[in-house]
Amino acid sequence: MTTYIVRRLVQTLFVLLIVTLLVFFIMRLLPGDPIIIYVAQTAQLEAMPPEMIEQLRHEFGLDRPIMVQYFNWMASIFRGDFGTSIFYHEKVGTLMAERFPVTAHLGLSSLILGAILGVLAGLLAAVKRGKWLDKVITPLTYLGITIPVFWLGILMIYAFGLKLSWLPISGYTSPFEDFWLSTRQLVMPVTCLAVFGLAANARQMRSSMLEIIQQDYIRTAWAKGLSERLVILKHAMKNSLIPVITLIGLGVGIIFGGSVLVETVFAIPGMGRLMVSSIFGQDYVVVQAITFIIAVIVLIVNLIVDISYGWFDPRIRYG
Amino acid sequence: MAEKPDNIIDFQEAPPRVSEWRRFRRVFLSRGVVVFGMVILLLLLFTAIFAAWLAPYDPYKPGEAKSLVQPSWEHPLGSDILGRDTLSRLIYGSRTALMVGFISVGIASVFGVTLGVIAGYFSGAINVIIMRAMDSLLCFPMILLALVLASVLGGGIQNVIIALSIATIPGYARVTCGVTLSIKENDYILAERSIGSSDFRTMLKHILPNAFPPLIVLMTMQLGNLILAEAGLSFLGIGIEPPGAAWGAMVSDGYRYLLKNPVLSFAPGLAIMLVVFAFNMVGDGLRDALDPRLRGLL
Repeated sequence: MTTYIVRRLVQTLFVLLIVTLLVFFIMRLLPGDPIIIYVAQTAQLEAMPPEMIEQLRHEFGLDRPIMVQYFNWMASIFRGDFGTSIFYHEKVGTLMAERFPVTAHLGLSSLILGAILGVLAGLLAAVKRGKWLDKVITPLTYLGITIPVFWLGILMIYAFGLKLSWLPISGYTSPFEDFWLSTRQLVMPVTCLAVFGLAANARQMRSSMLEIIQQDYIRTAWAKGLSERLVILKHAMKNSLIPVITLIGLGVGIIFGGSVLVETVFAIPGMGRLMVSSIFGQDYVVVQAITFIIAVIVLIVNLIVDISYGWFDPRIRYG
Repeated sequence: MAEKPDNIIDFQEAPPRVSEWRRFRRVFLSRGVVVFGMVILLLLLFTAIFAAWLAPYDPYKPGEAKSLVQPSWEHPLGSDILGRDTLSRLIYGSRTALMVGFISVGIASVFGVTLGVIAGYFSGAINVIIMRAMDSLLCFPMILLALVLASVLGGGIQNVIIALSIATIPGYARVTCGVTLSIKENDYILAERSIGSSDFRTMLKHILPNAFPPLIVLMTMQLGNLILAEAGLSFLGIGIEPPGAAWGAMVSDGYRYLLKNPVLSFAPGLAIMLVVFAFNMVGDGLRDALDPRLRGLL
């Protein structure tokens, strides 16, 4: 187990290295000169003498060899310095401190909702396979993995926001400011973002339950005279959860991707919306920071999921 | 009568080749939803090919109708703010969806399969570098990676295709690498190499055919995912330039007039969902018919 964890950690560090190279060099493939873009957005480009541009270039360290720039960038990231946004004239770290909690609130709520309801729906569909409950749940899970999130958001806004006026159609309020309003504003975005994961988890849960139910040890459990509750919840469900946990881990990336769309539809000032506006505003420092942060989170979650396998399933021996 | 010599192969005993196809067809068509998906896909293909004949109006010309007219006999799905017929734009949008889907799958699978077979065949450092590079690509959510690449390369549909292709390469590489690793230990690969066949020939003739069933299933399912991702990108305003028609962009355009004319947003979204659903179902059916062991893996 320990050797496995160490090997997995080394592997993750190697992947992290490639991630930093990708993020850094993708941004360097940019057609424009970053200094010219910066100058064009801060002041009149024509009014700036060439010496001053060179001066700026030197200040930003852009006149040094590319590998030196890469290591400088890495070093500043380790110090928690992601640079300064061209558009907002603010430290990217400060921007992130504002935006990240919003996306985390939205994303974590969706992840948890999708995990709990997904496992529950899959469990019910498997236990009642072929009955009406299964016949309702299973087709719904197919729809859940195909519906475009942004479109689902618009449908919900139309129905619950505009026609029925039950819920606010946009915006975000911190739960510490006004918990009730915050929750009401989040109902629709969280539902949208949770649907894909919920459906995927339910499908996986159902199929792995159906497989496990046929195992010998489940028959033994029945034969011992254990109650249905005990057999299903303790013996079958625990083992069926293992593949679902991988999916929940993968869901983190999907939720970050989906939050870009959902935050746009519901006008939520999180990282996803910042990402879109920064891309259109050519605010590459911000794009670079967000991309990097999300990739690192996804990487760490995958590492945790892999390692937690041993805890959930002691049969797994790490070679 | 002389006895039948041993060295003549009795063709009667070999199972007829057609039965394999029959078995495939029987399993593939056994589920109603799969047949439904297949019908939708054929309709989609038909619509995309014959868009010019099927569309009742010019999809790009403003003023074919009054601005934002409600659905009627002349304009079954109404018209957008510029007075363009929504049904015609929907029909032309199928071309964008299919084009992005098919070209991206083509590019991604060529690169992904090549990288995967190389990584699996030559284990060691090459394997580690290729597969870890694939892992690092997978750390970026598809739509995010596509957004970043599209912003670096500039908008336009061809850059969306490049971006989506790069984002989906790891899937093919992983599948091919896995198949290669399990196949290359077989004796027939050893035999092939011992008669002096080159690495390239071994990979092409003996390893790749084994990867075909999972790859064809993956490609079908990826078509759905790619169409969904393209819709998301064009919803955000990245991709096809106006006046071109893309379903995601149509949903976004209609969103502004949601109360006045909800069908503008509803219809293209429904089209996206139907098509993605169809690709998923056909992928499911192909998996069950080609190799049921892939269930749960793909």
